[in-house]
Amino acid sequence: MSYETVIGLETHAQLATESKMFCGCPTKFGAKPNTNICPVCTGQPGVLPVTNKKAIELAIKTAIALNCKIEPQSVFARKNYFYPDLPKGYQVSQYELPLATNGHLEIEVGGNIRKIGIIRVHLEEDAGKSIHQGAGRILGSASSLIDYNRTGTPLIEIVSEPDIRSPKEAAVFMQALANLLQYIGVCDAKMEEGSLRCDANLSVRERGSSEFGVRTELKNMNSFKAVEKALLFEEKRHTEVLADGGKISQETRFFDDTTNTTHGMRGKEEAHDYRYFPEPDLVPVAPDKKWVEAIRSALGELPEERKNRFIANHRLSSNDAFLLISQRATADFFEECVILLNKPKIIANWILGDLQAYLNARNLTIKQANFSPVQLVELIQLIDKGTISGKIAKTVLIKVLETGNSVKDVIAESGMTQMSDEGTLVKIVQSVLAANPKQVEQYKAGKTTIIAFLVGQVMKETKGRANPGLANKILKQELDT
Amino acid sequence: MAITKKDVEHVAKLARLGLSEEEIELFTRQLSAILDFAGSLQKLDTKNILPTSHAIPMKNVLREDKVVTCQNTEDILANAPAEEDHMFRVPRIIE
Amino acid sequence: MNKKTAHELNNLLVNKKISSVELTKAVLDRIDKTEGKVQAYVTVTREDALKQAKAADSRISELPDTRIPLLTGIPIAIKDNMCTKGVLTTCSSKILANYIPPYNATVVEKIKAAGAVIVGKANMDEFAMGSSTENSGLHPTYNPWDLERVPGGSSGGSAAAVAANECILATGSDTGGSIRQPASFCGVVGFKPTYGRVSRYGLIAFASSLDQIGPLTKDVTDTAILMNVLVGYDPKDSTSVNQPVPDYQKALIDNVKNLKIGYIKELLGQGIDQEVKASIEQAMKKLEELGAKLIEVSMPSFEHAVATYYLIAPAEASSNLARYDGVKFGHRSKEAKDLLTMYYNTRREGFGAEVKRRIMLGTYALSAGYYDAYYLKALKVRTLIKQDFDRAFMKYDVLLSPTAPSIAFKFGEKTADPLAMYISDIATIPINLAGLPAISLPCGFSKKAPIGLQIIGRAFDEETVLRAAFTYEQNTDWHKQIPEL
Ligand SMILES: [Zn+2]
Repeated sequence: MSYETVIGLETHAQLATESKMFCGCPTKFGAKPNTNICPVCTGQPGVLPVTNKKAIELAIKTAIALNCKIEPQSVFARKNYFYPDLPKGYQVSQYELPLATNGHLEIEVGGNIRKIGIIRVHLEEDAGKSIHQGAGRILGSASSLIDYNRTGTPLIEIVSEPDIRSPKEAAVFMQALANLLQYIGVCDAKMEEGSLRCDANLSVRERGSSEFGVRTELKNMNSFKAVEKALLFEEKRHTEVLADGGKISQETRFFDDTTNTTHGMRGKEEAHDYRYFPEPDLVPVAPDKKWVEAIRSALGELPEERKNRFIANHRLSSNDAFLLISQRATADFFEECVILLNKPKIIANWILGDLQAYLNARNLTIKQANFSPVQLVELIQLIDKGTISGKIAKTVLIKVLETGNSVKDVIAESGMTQMSDEGTLVKIVQSVLAANPKQVEQYKAGKTTIIAFLVGQVMKETKGRANPGLANKILKQELDT
Repeated sequence: MAITKKDVEHVAKLARLGLSEEEIELFTRQLSAILDFAGSLQKLDTKNILPTSHAIPMKNVLREDKVVTCQNTEDILANAPAEEDHMFRVPRIIE
Repeated sequence: MNKKTAHELNNLLVNKKISSVELTKAVLDRIDKTEGKVQAYVTVTREDALKQAKAADSRISELPDTRIPLLTGIPIAIKDNMCTKGVLTTCSSKILANYIPPYNATVVEKIKAAGAVIVGKANMDEFAMGSSTENSGLHPTYNPWDLERVPGGSSGGSAAAVAANECILATGSDTGGSIRQPASFCGVVGFKPTYGRVSRYGLIAFASSLDQIGPLTKDVTDTAILMNVLVGYDPKDSTSVNQPVPDYQKALIDNVKNLKIGYIKELLGQGIDQEVKASIEQAMKKLEELGAKLIEVSMPSFEHAVATYYLIAPAEASSNLARYDGVKFGHRSKEAKDLLTMYYNTRREGFGAEVKRRIMLGTYALSAGYYDAYYLKALKVRTLIKQDFDRAFMKYDVLLSPTAPSIAFKFGEKTADPLAMYISDIATIPINLAGLPAISLPCGFSKKAPIGLQIIGRAFDEETVLRAAFTYEQNTDWHKQIPEL
């Protein structure tokens, strides 16, 4: 029997605001415990929330980018449950009337475009953090310590339709969503740091069936890889149970990234009853057309649109275009270069190749690096003119990035200009031939491809500065005479 | 509408209220009486009536995204029933 | 001198006939003398008060007479559900018996800025849930007019303190009548402003969509003066209204000619004590003599107001009181071997019976399967009640009724039957559901206990309410009566 997997994702993203959702405390990471707190976010008796305008704007931005309908009126609701990291005993969220509904995100999987539906985008506040003592986790710990620094950080929840059909697709969706959120400046979208979180639900059904199978909810996936691995495990588990004629029970399961397996909670889960009701301390959010339009126009071209333009106007491969737009600053950098020098393919190769590798290794963004489009274009033009070789250019690039000096200075200081003086090269070629009599013999015996080795030796002697074309020409002259 | 002892126990659990056996008995009776009384609302036709959550309707009350640093974090911590390493300590969590 | 009103005392202070320190000492002496009988306070802030009085005196000597705020140097009591930074704020609950707020409520900031002298924190029904102050988790308060009777509630401490001259004025909070009903029972003036007029920031929430802070005073003039201090937009309260506020003292006009007053039929019929009814009818006659037009008005939805209120208020309360869990502040049970045990025991030990009852009721009304039938239904009936008021205010300038169906009842009279206690809030509850302003002022006595007249206004039209109340007061003597203690 053939099975089909059905996956829906529920994503939480921390919004890039300076202050918290309902109070003025900073949202900065890594402060000493309970220093970014105030009466409001610790739920002191008598305090009241006041909504952060920027959080609403970032949520609207996201909703627009996800092609959602912005609801004319959305209402905050209280989700009531007891947990020590939830100081008020309820989380302010949105329930019946969310900020936006009915959107989609296009993703590319294996060369196919897939349109994944978005059910809703809504706003809520984050909880605090618990540190469990005496054990790595809740069970077995003697007591827990609560830090409210994170409490009240604004979050958006993005709920997808169950349109995803494989763990791979789910991972691609998460990556695409992360790129989008980063691109539009809504969230830094780092799953490992928890600024982007995701719960998944998965079910498996007979292919062709229109009904859904029993689903399980998956939690504790802290990277894009983990999302895929957890779903892969769960997909396999469902399929095997069903193929054996067994039944899946609806439950919440946790992913263990040390074993790449999921496990349910021991004992019976208590059915949740969150007793949602409209938050009486807050008033409805009713974004008027003018406000939404202002946000829309400030948003400019969306990544999807930009990607298509890169493919059409610059004849880039879809893959290169996708990589360029995955960070807004990178795409901006690329476009500024192309204005200066109309060689998009070469520019893209440099950006996505050596430059990106350097940045990745140091965990830097293109903005943080001391490097401008003018410098990259200058470097490419020097190769074109033959002043430096392509190989040298790579070294120059790294030096420029490391020192912050200009391209010209780096080249001048290290004497890395290309050696194009024939007289000097002839001498070097002659010494190389003298030192490699065996290879010379082979060449003369007809194995002409050995010349590549000899060019390499010339390059080695000149520390890469020799103009390789010229070296090749002189070698041939010397060998053939 | 009469509510049962079991209902009362369930609601007490939701509200994390420890109740004595006598309180459960008492509340079963009293809540039944109150809910009976509240049941009179069911007679009213409210089909086309919108609910009122706020007596004075307002919308879009927002603040600018500005950091205001709290000067009284120590006073907040001073109220903690149990504190350790500048955090609020709670007994072990068994779900 | 502690028997005088704030506006009388202001005159004496500004003219240096008395000092605030003298006045404050007089009030503290009075507290020493009568507090044993009345028990209006949870906390008396003796030293702090004298310090503030000294500061007030130097302010008076430094500033030109016209620039001295009216409340400078006047002793005031604050209901113990309003946060005072560094000063115990218990909400009369065992669960907050040791709570020292890290901040001031907005009204406390305003009162301090106005130069008033805070003498203490007034007792109340625990978390403002009750109509007699018998539900205080700390101690009862006694009615200064008759120590066998309750002072009303939940602002019973505030009302009793004003009536007993243990302060000059006081703040209260009103969710379903908690300012007006104790004002009525203690023979003082109590005013609930329009929802949103006064910031709730720092008011420990009972039912957020209904709670509103207001004054309890010896006469209508003092109410207007304290209103001027309390009201105003507060960016810390999203439900606070950003509207210009009038000078309420200017509304104190002794004239009700042609004022259209609707008296509420449903609140003068069944269930109202004959003597209360007779006093109200006399007051109506008086207003008519003074030129007002009195017409009967029917509010058919009122019969559902109590049921509506006792679903909405407990529902909100059940959520508002979830934060008292022993984690961050207040009481934590010693029986706390694990988190769940801590929750159950902390809340069992910390909350009194009425609070538990309402948490249970509210949790039930919001729980799965019952939300639509109870909570949502109540919100819809709330709309009907609001519509009744809208209709009435198309014809009438203010509405009139007794504040309570009876005079102050005796201790224990209604504690056995919570529903009977709830039903006694019938005259005040509909006003909170509609968010309207309403005043209670003395209009008679029965068995030596005061009776209160309630005047209700349109949203944000506190001025007409004050004008009607002021006119009535200027032409009667009820407010000048003082209990013997
Ligand atoms: Zn805060």
